[in-house]
Amino acid sequence: MLVERISVTDAAVKVIDELREKHGELMFHQSGGCCDGSAPMCFTLGDFRVGSRDICLGEVHGCQFYMSPEQFEYYKNCHTEIDVVPGRGASFSLEIPLGVRFLIRSRLFDESEQDNVRPVRVGDCG
Amino acid sequence: MDFQRPEFKEQYENYIGGKWVAPVDGNYFEDTSPIDGSVVARVAQSNDKDINLAVAAGWEAAEAWGKTSAAERSIILFRIADVMEANIERLATVETCSNGKSIRESLGADLPIAIDQFRYFAGCIRTEAGSVANIDADTVSMEVHEPLGVVGQIIPWNFPLLMAAWKIAPAIAAGNCVVLKPAEQTPVSILVLMELIGDLLPPGVVNIVNGFGPEAGKPLATHPDIKKVAFTGETTTGRLIMQYAAENIVPVSLELGGKSPNIFFESVMAEDDEFLDKAIEGLVMFALNQGQVCTAPSRALIQESIYDKFIEKCLARVAAITMGDPYDLSTMMSAQASNDQQQKILSYLKIGKEEGAEVLCGGDVHNHEKYPDGYYIQPTIFKGHNKMRVFQEEIFGPVLALTTFKDEDEALEIANDTMFGLGSGVWSRDMHQVQKVSSGIQAGRVWVNCYHIYPSGASFGGYKKSGIGRENHHMMLDHYRQTKNVLISYSKSKLGFF
Repeated sequence: MLVERISVTDAAVKVIDELREKHGELMFHQSGGCCDGSAPMCFTLGDFRVGSRDICLGEVHGCQFYMSPEQFEYYKNCHTEIDVVPGRGASFSLEIPLGVRFLIRSRLFDESEQDNVRPVRVGDCG
Repeated sequence: MDFQRPEFKEQYENYIGGKWVAPVDGNYFEDTSPIDGSVVARVAQSNDKDINLAVAAGWEAAEAWGKTSAAERSIILFRIADVMEANIERLATVETCSNGKSIRESLGADLPIAIDQFRYFAGCIRTEAGSVANIDADTVSMEVHEPLGVVGQIIPWNFPLLMAAWKIAPAIAAGNCVVLKPAEQTPVSILVLMELIGDLLPPGVVNIVNGFGPEAGKPLATHPDIKKVAFTGETTTGRLIMQYAAENIVPVSLELGGKSPNIFFESVMAEDDEFLDKAIEGLVMFALNQGQVCTAPSRALIQESIYDKFIEKCLARVAAITMGDPYDLSTMMSAQASNDQQQKILSYLKIGKEEGAEVLCGGDVHNHEKYPDGYYIQPTIFKGHNKMRVFQEEIFGPVLALTTFKDEDEALEIANDTMFGLGSGVWSRDMHQVQKVSSGIQAGRVWVNCYHIYPSGASFGGYKKSGIGRENHHMMLDHYRQTKNVLISYSKSKLGFF
C-alpha cells in the first residue's frame, strides 16, 4: 500500500464540493511567496496552465495537486493536508468569495513511510 | 493612547470616472480590522460588470490625460502629495485600522514614503528628455514616449497605501489611466485616500474597484482593453497573470515575494559601538510590519565565530519588542493582517519544530490582553539549516530562520540557495568583503550595512522567481509606455528600388 503525499480534511472536502457544484472540475496549485502565497490555490480545471515541469503530488477528492519543482524539493519528505480556515484571503483562488481560505498543514514522513511514498508525476495530469 | 481608531462611513462604493458608483449587482462584503476583528465598513463586492465600467471610464479619460503636458501632470502629483501630507494622521490611523500595523510604522514609514513617491515621479517627468540621433546627414531618428492607455493594477494588503502609491504614481505620471483593485483584506484605505485626492484628478484617470480575486481580479487581468497588468502578490497568481497577459499580448510587471538573506560577518562585532547597535537592529528587522514584507530579512546568516555573542544581543533586542495597543506610538509589533494569515504562520511554526529547528524565542500566538479577538503572533526565531522548509518558504510572519556559516563562500552559497531573489542584507566593516558578497548575491536589492529603507529612486524588484520589472525608480515610467520611433528623412532623393 503506497503512502499518499496529500490528503484533505472533511471541512475542506465540503468547500471543494461547493466550489465544484458552481465551477465544475477543479485543481490545486501550491503558491510560493508573498502576501497570499505559501498556500494552495484552487482553480477551475484548465484555467491555470500547469507547467511542463510542475510536480503532481497526487489527487485529493477528485482534484490534482501541483507545485513547482523548486518548491517540491522541500516538500518531498512531507505529508501535506489541505484544510480550510475562516479568513479574508486575497488571490484568484475560487474559495475567496466564501470567506474561507484553503491552507496546508504538513508533517514529516516517518522512516517507514518514506520508503513507500507514492511516486510523483511531472506535468499536466489532466 | 496616542491615536484613536478612526471613523469610517458605513459603506463604500467603487470609485469610477470620478464618482462613487455602487456595484452593478448590488453586492457588498464586510471589511474587518485585524486588530480586534471588528467591522470597519461594507465594501463593494464587484465583478466583471464593474470592471467593464471602470475600464470604459479609463478610456474616456485616456486621450486627454495622455496629452496633458508633463508640467500639468507634475503639478497634480505634487498636489496629491501635499493633500496626503496635510491628512497624514487620518490616513495613518486608517491604515493601522485596516491592515493591523502599528501606528508608528504607518505614520513614520508607509505614509511618508507613499507621499514621496508622488513627488519623486512629479519631479522625474519634468527632467526627462527623449533621444534624437543623426543616423546620417539627412536622416534623424527620434525616440518618442507615449502612454499605453488604460492599465490594470492589482495590489497586496501588506502596505495598502504605499503599494497603491508605488503603482499609481508612475502610471499616471507617464500619462496612463488606471484601474486598480486593492486586496480583499484592505479595501478601505485607498478609498479614504480617493475621498481626499479624487477632485485633484480629471474623472477616469484613477478608478478603484474592490472585490475578490476570482470575481473582480480575473476580469481585470484578462480584459482585452487593458494594456498592461501590474501585480504584486505570489508566484501562482503571478503565473496566472502572465498566462492571461499572453492571451492579450500585453506586458506585465510582477513582484512575487522573497526569502531574503541577511548576512552578518564577524567584523560587525569588532567594536562595541553605534554600528554594532545598528547591525543588531538590522537582524531584528524581520519583525517589521509583523514580518509581512516581501523583502523581510527572513533568513539570518551569522558567521560562526561571532554567533554566540551576537545572537545573545539580538535575542535581548527581540525580547524588548513591545506588543501593546497598535494606536500607541510605543507599540512596535501589532496584528497579522487576517485570521488565515495567522493560521498559516502557525502551520509553519509547527513544521519548523517538526523539522527539528531550535526555537530560540517565541514560537506561538501572542495573546493580546486588550484585543483577544485580534490576530497576533510572537516574534519567533528558529535556528536550523537552509534545507528546512522554514528557510525556503515565505512565511510572511514575524518568523526568522537563522543559521551560521564559516566564510564568504559558504555565506554566498546559502544566501543564493533559494528560489527567490528580492532582498538581501550584508553587514560588515570590511569594504572588500562587502564588494565581493554584494556582487555575488542574486537579488534585486542588496542592502549594505542597512535594511528596510526604501528611498524613492532606489530601484526595487526581483531576480529569479521574485518577479519581473522594477518599481520605485524612473525606469518604471518605461514600463508604463510605448516607445515610438519617428524616423525623418530630409533628403529629396528616392531610394532607387522602384
